Amino acid sequence: MADSSKTGAGNGNGGGPVTFLEAIKQAMFEEMQRDPAVVLMGEDVGVYGGAFKTSEGLLEKFGWERVIDTPISESAIIGAACGMSYLGLRPICEMQFIDFIVCAFNQITNFVAKGHYLWNAPAPIVIRGPSGGGVHGGPFHSANPEMYFVHTPGLKVIYPSTPYDAKGLLKAAVRDNNPVLFFEHKYLYRRIKEELPAEDYTVPIGKAAVRREGKHLTILSYAAMMHNSLEAAEALAKEGIEIEVIDLRTLLPLDEETILKSVKKTNRVLVVHEDTKTGGIAGEIAAILCEKAFGDLDGPVFRVTALDTPVPYSPPLEEHFLPNTQKIVAAAKELAKY
Amino acid sequence: MKNVELTRQQHLDLYYYMRLNRAVEDTMVKLFRQNKIVGGLYSSLGQEAISVGTAFALEKKDWLAPMIRNIGALLVKGVPPRDIFTQHMAKYTSPTLGKDGTSHFGDLEKLHIVSPISMLGDLIPVMAGVAMAGRYLGQKIVAMTWIGDGGSSTGVFHEGLNFAATQKAPFVLILENNGWAYSTPVRRQVPLENLADRAKAYGITSYIVDGNDVADVYSTAKEAVDRARAGEGPILIEAKTFRRLGHAQHDPAEYVPKEMREYWEKRDPILLHEKFLTEKKLLDAKTKKEIETKIEALLSKDRDFAENSPMPPPELAEKGVYCTGDDCHKIRAKWERPVAEVTPPRSSIEASWVVEGFGRGKGSGGGTAPIHFGDTPATEERKENEDKLAPATPIETVSEKVGKPAAKVSKNGARGGRSAEKRAGKDAGATNRKAVAKVAAKDVRKGRR
Repeated sequence: MADSSKTGAGNGNGGGPVTFLEAIKQAMFEEMQRDPAVVLMGEDVGVYGGAFKTSEGLLEKFGWERVIDTPISESAIIGAACGMSYLGLRPICEMQFIDFIVCAFNQITNFVAKGHYLWNAPAPIVIRGPSGGGVHGGPFHSANPEMYFVHTPGLKVIYPSTPYDAKGLLKAAVRDNNPVLFFEHKYLYRRIKEELPAEDYTVPIGKAAVRREGKHLTILSYAAMMHNSLEAAEALAKEGIEIEVIDLRTLLPLDEETILKSVKKTNRVLVVHEDTKTGGIAGEIAAILCEKAFGDLDGPVFRVTALDTPVPYSPPLEEHFLPNTQKIVAAAKELAKY
Repeated sequence: MKNVELTRQQHLDLYYYMRLNRAVEDTMVKLFRQNKIVGGLYSSLGQEAISVGTAFALEKKDWLAPMIRNIGALLVKGVPPRDIFTQHMAKYTSPTLGKDGTSHFGDLEKLHIVSPISMLGDLIPVMAGVAMAGRYLGQKIVAMTWIGDGGSSTGVFHEGLNFAATQKAPFVLILENNGWAYSTPVRRQVPLENLADRAKAYGITSYIVDGNDVADVYSTAKEAVDRARAGEGPILIEAKTFRRLGHAQHDPAEYVPKEMREYWEKRDPILLHEKFLTEKKLLDAKTKKEIETKIEALLSKDRDFAENSPMPPPELAEKGVYCTGDDCHKIRAKWERPVAEVTPPRSSIEASWVVEGFGRGKGSGGGTAPIHFGDTPATEERKENEDKLAPATPIETVSEKVGKPAAKVSKNGARGGRSAEKRAGKDAGATNRKAVAKVAAKDVRKGRR
């Protein structure tokens, strides 16, 4: 028997605050406990417990048939998960690093995503993995490839920023009847902690969260940049600029309602993301605001994003590449002038 | 000698489905010429024995996923011709309501059919997953799909078959080698005499069959399906055949040597089976007429239905991107084993299949470890490799069984190769010449033996 402290059994019961990573582990553990149709597949998820130890203890608890170590074959992982889902299973697929999800691009965008629309075949699978930079992972272990998939009808794309959301959204993803991509910013894995409710809960997919109320401008962000945005808001509050910070949480489908409501109030919007600029969600949001809230805007939609380059390896290069709190503060000050 | 004896009724059923397959496609050619088919039209002319013979080996509960030239497999599984007509005509009454065409439709609930996509090879891991889920749920099913000689070069073919093999999934893959990937002859795609040899790379069993002999295709597929169901892991069957028409209706396939085509026209699978049935007195003129009348009536009714069906309403294009939940699909696994077996605390490292030494042994030095592969002596490894290099392998034995037609194909290909050279330049000819030299050398060796 695996001990519960290792597997996260019994979730937050008096265990104190848990990390982002632990929250993900708890979500998988509890969903597998709740429903025998839930299985986990991926490279080194079993014996090793995952490259980041997100699935540690699951094999011991649930056995070989439910925790499946696969060959290094991303297309086969997604394909097999899709086939399994047709018989009513709900597989969770781990990409060892989310960068490798593109190896299964065709399987995801053409097979999994289109099935329900074309031939009435829902594929309830979750594809999750560590994403994002700031840990000097270099160009192939730091990517934010969410927008390839936000451009694909039929998928849902989640990118949480807190342990509470990570757990609740992952549980919601497992229970959703659609293919859900779940991005886990690896910078957050062990850096943030949060007390989680003892009881079972989910966080609704497709709903943004207002993290901080303000009236002068709205920052829309998600994942690790959420925390930088809050930091910037805190700094600017001291200068009298009150910023509303909204955590998008789900990128597809996007919560337009919450965004539009905030814009009505603040009239200024800054979008912050760690993804590169061209084709990032900020561009899409700017277009939505032009279409639906042009009259509410007092100034242009500003963007703070990564550079339009691959993620460079050397710390000074990566630091220059990534957005940070200073860049957000500077942009917000500029925007507040309108 | 066939491994599986067929009853008269089975022989007649195979004949019926091949005739139905061809009649459905003949009807669609007519519809195509009348501009009633919206998109492209692909043909399995001359390959009907493979679709029909392999699918005929499946049980009702089994799963299949067709490729573009497997209309016959769909018919055997129970798809009515009208679904195929309405699909091609993009009608609202089609299984996809007009959202996709051709054989791109499925049925998860009743017929257990997975829809293909146009990208080749992707069905292989998907069907491996179907097979794995079936085993996990205790359903004792087999999953089957098809791939062409062309599709066998995709990366996902490798990933899928390798994963299926490591999982020992009850999965049967039919490799239809029809000689051509669009305009590219198999010799320019794969440097192998037999594509079944690919199975060696995955450590799985393979067969080679004459794809134009429906009884041989069926009995081989039946054996493969039985073995896969019994837990022997995935099985690959290479069916050697020929694509008698172009890639699709638009393609006159002038790159195909005339002699090659003529050779295969004489080896038409329906004619061959009809000859066999007549000789064995299993089919008389009356029965044949009855079959033809039945097919005619069915197709005339289904064709009328399709032609009189409406096109989909434009707004339908907006609908169905997401499954909205239980109101849309109640997704429930059908357990045919005790759920307790896979639920803690009963679930354990025991699985319904095991890799030898995996998850059972002690770690090195006697410590406990969740995993120990055991020691593989280097000498044994070498010996095994030497054995693999030895000339006589089970696969070659099987291929000799059908060696004649395969050899003839290539010979004809070679003769055709020269005429193809005039039309298509010397490259194709050179390739075919090489192929012939290889086959000729093999024939000589055989002769000497």
